[in-house]
Amino acid sequence: MNEIIILSGKGGTGKTSLSAAFATLGKPVTVADCDVDAANLYLILQPENYFEKRFITGYKAVIDYDTCSACGLCIDYCRFEAIAYQNKKVILSEISCDGCKLCSRICPCQSIRMVASDKSRWYAGIYRNGFMVHARLAPGEENSGKLVNVVREHARKMAHEKGIETIIIDGPPGIGCPVISSVTGASKAIIVTEPSNSGFHDLKRILELTSNFKVRSYVVINKSDLNEDITEQITGWCAEMKIPVIGKIPFDKQFVGAMLQCKSIVEWAPGSEASKEIMKIWNSVNDLNQ
Amino acid sequence: MKIAIASGKGGTGKTFVSTNLFEVAQKTGIPVTLVDCDAEEPNVTEFIDGDVFYSRTITQKVPVINTEQCVFCGKCSDYCSYNAIVFVPGNRFIKVVEDLCHDCGACLVACRYGAITEERKLLGMVKSMYIGPHAEIIEARAEVGVYSPVPVIKKAIKEANSRYLTFFDSPPGISCPFIATVSQADFVVLVTEPTPFGLNDLKLSAETLREISIPFGVVVNRAGLGNREVYDWLDKNGIPLLAEIPFDREIARIYSQGRLLAEEDENYRRQFEELLRTIKKLAT
Ligand code: SF4
Ligand code: SF4
Ligand code: SF4
Ligand code: SF4
Repeated sequence: MNEIIILSGKGGTGKTSLSAAFATLGKPVTVADCDVDAANLYLILQPENYFEKRFITGYKAVIDYDTCSACGLCIDYCRFEAIAYQNKKVILSEISCDGCKLCSRICPCQSIRMVASDKSRWYAGIYRNGFMVHARLAPGEENSGKLVNVVREHARKMAHEKGIETIIIDGPPGIGCPVISSVTGASKAIIVTEPSNSGFHDLKRILELTSNFKVRSYVVINKSDLNEDITEQITGWCAEMKIPVIGKIPFDKQFVGAMLQCKSIVEWAPGSEASKEIMKIWNSVNDLNQ
Repeated sequence: MKIAIASGKGGTGKTFVSTNLFEVAQKTGIPVTLVDCDAEEPNVTEFIDGDVFYSRTITQKVPVINTEQCVFCGKCSDYCSYNAIVFVPGNRFIKVVEDLCHDCGACLVACRYGAITEERKLLGMVKSMYIGPHAEIIEARAEVGVYSPVPVIKKAIKEANSRYLTFFDSPPGISCPFIATVSQADFVVLVTEPTPFGLNDLKLSAETLREISIPFGVVVNRAGLGNREVYDWLDKNGIPLLAEIPFDREIARIYSQGRLLAEEDENYRRQFEELLRTIKKLAT
C-alpha cells in the first residue's frame, strides 16, 4: 500500500487544495482527511457518507453539590488548576479540566463524576474518485491525535477491503500530536511550503519531524512566484540537505475559482500552469523509489 | 486589555494582523505586549525582533518507576487516564511512555509502595524581547514532538500579565491550544478569507467562542478573492466586521520578506490604527 501524506508546517499554503487535486487526478484512491481541527477537504470532494460515528475525546469532571462537603482536597490534587474555591463553594472549570480523573478517585465523599465528551464525529463515504474518511472535532475538544488515528486506521481498512493501492492523507498543520499520529507509518510525505520567511522556517521544523519518523519527504513550493528570492533560497537549502524539491506551483487565482465551484483545480482548470505542475508532481511522487 | 488574534486554520493572515496591530500600538507609546502563543509554529519574531531580555525553559514532571521497589500490582497503570504506563503483569514489565504523560500525578497517588518518583522533562521555552522602552514580545516555543504545547502557552500568557494592552497571536484550530489562549482574552479578532474554506473554519471558531462566551469580531483578509458568503453570514449572525484587507500581491510580497505593512505604507498604517480603535471600543 502506498500511503502519501500531504503536510505543511503552517496553514494556508494550499495543502488542502493540493490534496483535493491529487484526490481527483487518476486511479481511484482512498482519502483520509486528518486535518480534523479544520476539516475542509469534504467541501471539495463532497462525499456521500454511508456512516457516521461518535468519538469520545475524553472526560470532564462534574461535582455533585448534594454530597460535596467542600473539604477542598480535590483542589490540592488537581495539577491543572481546574478547581478552586469561590465563595466557600468548590468550583470546577470545564475549560481547564484535563480529564485525568484523579479528583474523582480521591474525593472522600465520592462527589465527583466523570462525564464523557462525545460530540465529535467521524464519517466514511464515497466520492467521485474513490472513498473518503473524515471527521469533525467538536469545538474545544482535545485528543485530535486519537481521532486522527481512527480516521487513518479506517482509511487503511477501507483501502484494503476495496483493493485500492493509494491512500492520500491531508495532514494536520503544526508539528504536535495530531501530526505525529498522522505521519507514523506513512510511505511518503509531500511538504507544501510557500516562499516566505515564515514558510521557510516552518518547513525546516516539519522536515525535522518527518526525518525523526524516517518518512521520505518531498518538497513542493506553492505560490512560488510570490517571492522568487526565497524560492531560490528554499531550493538551495533543500539541495544541500538532499531533500528533493519536486515542484514549484505559480500563484493562480484559479485555485479559489475551483473552490467556489466545489472542484479541485485539476477538474476546474486542467489546462492551467498550476494543474500541469500538479500532475507532474503527482507522477514523480508515484514514480520515485517504487 | 487582552486581545487574541486567531483563525480557524493557519495562513489566513493572523500573524500579519497581530504584528501590524502591535506595530501601530507601540508607535502610540502605550505599553504593549505581543505574546506569540502559536507555540508549534511561532512566527512573530520573523517580523519583529529584538534583544532577548530573558528566556526560561518550561518543563513538566514525568514519573520514574523504580523497579526494585515496584511489586507489579498495576494500580498506577489503572489510574493513568492517558495510557502512559504500559504494564504487562505476566512479564513483570512496566514502563512509562513519556510522550503520552500529561503530568497529572495520578500514578503517584496510586502507588502505595513508594516506587514512583518524578523527574523533569523539557517541553519548550518562553522568551521575552524588548522592542522599545514599553514594547515587549513574548514567544512560546514548544520542542518538536512534545505531546501538547498547552503548558508552554499558559506559561507565556502568565508572563505577560501586564496592566495595559496585550495581544495574543493564537494557535490555529479550535482544540486545546486555541482554547488555552482565547479563554484568557477579553476579545478575539478572528481573521478569515472570503472563500468556502475560510467560511467553514470561521463557523467552527465562532461556535467555539460562543460556547465559552468570549466576544469576537472578524477581519476579512484577501478581500476580493472569493465570494460574498462570508459577509452574508456575518450579517445574518450579527457579528461585527472589523476591517477588510484587500487581496494584493504587493502585500503578500512585503509579508513574505518579513516586513511590516504598517511600516511600509502610510495608508495601511492608518487602517491598522483605525482597526485598533475599533477593537478597543468593542473590547471594553
Ligand atoms: S474532594 Fe470531594 S468533597 Fe472535597 S471539595 Fe472536592 S468534591 Fe467536594
Ligand atoms: S479530572 Fe483531573 S484535571 Fe479534571 S478537575 Fe479532576 S483532577 Fe483536575
Ligand atoms: S503522571 Fe498522570 S499521565 Fe503521567 S504517567 Fe502518571 S498517571 Fe499517567
Ligand atoms: S502502583 Fe507502584 S507498585 Fe504498583 S505497579 Fe505501579 S509502580 Fe509498581
